[in-house]
Amino acid sequence: MIRSLLFIPGNSPVMLQNGAVLPADALILDLEDAVATDQKDAARTLVASALHTVDYPKEIIVRINSFDSDYWQQDLEEIIPLRPQAIMPTKCSDSSTIRSIAEKISELERQSNIGEGTVKLIPLIETARGVLNAYEIASASPRIVALLLGGEDLTADLQCERTKGGKEIFYSRSSIVIAARAAGVEPIDTPFTDVDDDEGLIEDAKLALSLGFSGKAVISPRHLAAINEIFSPQAEAVKYAREVISAIEGAKKAGKGVASLHGKMIDAPIVSRAKRVLEQARRLGLPLED
Amino acid sequence: MNQKVVSSITEALHRTEIKDGMTLSFHHHLRNGDYVLNLVMAAVRELGLKDMTINASAIFDCHLPLVDLIRDNTVTALECNYMGALVGRSISAGILEKPVIFRTHGGRPADLERGKAHIDIAFIAAPTTDTQGNISGKYGPSACGSLGYAFSDARYADKVVAVTDNLAPYPLTDFSIPETEVDYVVPVEQIGDPAGIVSGTTRITRDPIGLLMADMAAEAISASGLLQDGFSFQTGAGGASLAAAFALEKIMLREGIRGSFASGGITSQLVDMQKKGCFETLLDVQCFDLGAVESIRDNPQHREISASRYASPCTDDAVVDSLDVVILGATEVDTSFNVNVHTNSQGLIMGGSGGHSDTAAGAKLAIIIAPLMRARIPLIVDHMHTISTPGETVDMLVTQYGIAVNPNQVELADRLRQNRLKVISVEELQEIAENICGKPKALKNEGRIVAEVHYRDGSIIDTIRQACS
Repeated sequence: MIRSLLFIPGNSPVMLQNGAVLPADALILDLEDAVATDQKDAARTLVASALHTVDYPKEIIVRINSFDSDYWQQDLEEIIPLRPQAIMPTKCSDSSTIRSIAEKISELERQSNIGEGTVKLIPLIETARGVLNAYEIASASPRIVALLLGGEDLTADLQCERTKGGKEIFYSRSSIVIAARAAGVEPIDTPFTDVDDDEGLIEDAKLALSLGFSGKAVISPRHLAAINEIFSPQAEAVKYAREVISAIEGAKKAGKGVASLHGKMIDAPIVSRAKRVLEQARRLGLPLED
Repeated sequence: MNQKVVSSITEALHRTEIKDGMTLSFHHHLRNGDYVLNLVMAAVRELGLKDMTINASAIFDCHLPLVDLIRDNTVTALECNYMGALVGRSISAGILEKPVIFRTHGGRPADLERGKAHIDIAFIAAPTTDTQGNISGKYGPSACGSLGYAFSDARYADKVVAVTDNLAPYPLTDFSIPETEVDYVVPVEQIGDPAGIVSGTTRITRDPIGLLMADMAAEAISASGLLQDGFSFQTGAGGASLAAAFALEKIMLREGIRGSFASGGITSQLVDMQKKGCFETLLDVQCFDLGAVESIRDNPQHREISASRYASPCTDDAVVDSLDVVILGATEVDTSFNVNVHTNSQGLIMGGSGGHSDTAAGAKLAIIIAPLMRARIPLIVDHMHTISTPGETVDMLVTQYGIAVNPNQVELADRLRQNRLKVISVEELQEIAENICGKPKALKNEGRIVAEVHYRDGSIIDTIRQACS
């Protein structure tokens, strides 16, 4: 379960050192937009060195340069042998690029004696074509575990202004959630980019949660606590889930075919959601009892 | 009534019968905005005086003209509790023949009280004084609040000169230093730069690692069992220290804990905590920002204390001896929890104990907060350049990678673990840092001794050698 994914510039030694202790569920070590063209080699070496020496007790995702750049293959060649949990291809607009990247990863896994399929993929959807092809992209490889929406590049492609309210990406957000869920992978929301607007961050994250996203990328460590909190099961939800499971078990014991709680019938989707909430709470070490 | 007001610093120097080889003292409440030390020493040089000793509670970067005074032998000895990096660099290079004497904030008044130090003439930067020398730091264009470090100078110096830019009519009723201890009053145009006077870092850090460590420290305090009604606390004015105070405030307000006092250098953060009921009283030896200056002027629960009462080991009941918790910084820590706050990784002087070792010795729980690495320099070293505070007085080290508890505090470590805090040995922390940064090559500072570090009891705890060029 990944609630928060923190971008770490690949050319920042201090951030790479300290990423291990920040409360992000995953780190996205960035070789792409955060790194100037003349720093690409240095960043790649630095990220590789960090993966070699720093013990990161969390998921590590490396954002590689785009498929139409000169760097993505070299990025993979140096990073894959170090076994990051996932690679994040950028500006993904169709399934063919995903398949090409997945093939390259397979080749490198074989060369490095890493089990094929070990390294996962989290495509970054940040173009209009990418949004339209999101389901196809999400289904392009068994390596894919999530889709991330990139709001900044997307709005540039849509030729509209990126706003805090986010109405211009509402359709894209919904499309990503539907495509990801349909393909059985996690939808991850775009970062909120104003690092000083705490209220705006909370509002934006709550909107993403309500749309069905399971987590959110962040660009500032200061956003992590709020994002983790919002995307964690709330105490009320855990309590209700426990009551649902208890009611179902009670009904089974009593030989009843149907269970009800607080005057309402409990059907399969409610049970399924309750199990998911309790599983999330268990994974996060949240209290399951009163 | 004696006529104490004189027309210039030079006239004051003549009246005090200043001569070669004397010791002149200064206090540092005007911090990096202080003009008084430079004004007085320029006049001393003008008179052609030589071989003077300066005993200042702290020397800041604004006192860089001292370097020229040392070069021409106007000044041949320095005594202080803290030295900024600019002057420190020259001292480390060996510009001064006699070793600098570093004391602690408690050790300085103690040495005056027990006769181990002597001041011939004390110059008191006075934000306000009346014509007879009743001095206050609370009023005037250069208000700095508390004058805690100047009390001992006024009491023990043979002659005392107040230098002011706000001469008030007699009598000033709300004074800190009484006229009975002041011989001369010198009005000058300006005693300091207000922007530098309240130059302490007074903003909570935005650095996520600083915030992470601050939260860990506050949780550790909570887990220690000391955080209950009557709690007493001290912290510095650095961003991470302020963040720790802020994190502690949240816990205290949530749990309805009413502390007894906060002490030492006072910031707006501690003023706010006192107003919200976290502490009954503020015991202030130095104000770090304007909020603290306003508070000490207007709030009767915000009390000025002398450095002696604050931290002197000669005082029966110094404030530091009643402290529950102090949060402190470090430039280096060794695996025995000894702490260096005097020199940097190159062995250059850039600080001093101030109240570090006084509070560590007095408080029930002395916490060091410091990042495990600064750029590529590990915090924890095998051999420190300078021991400022002995490890037996330090209880825990909070870093972003976990909390190392002094092995002599077994129960404390258990309490932290029970509260799900990450307790890790200092050796493991050292290994984590060295795995990332490598092990720095040890410096060989084998030059002559350029400074002695005096512990609060007067013993020499360490010496600082001339830095390699």
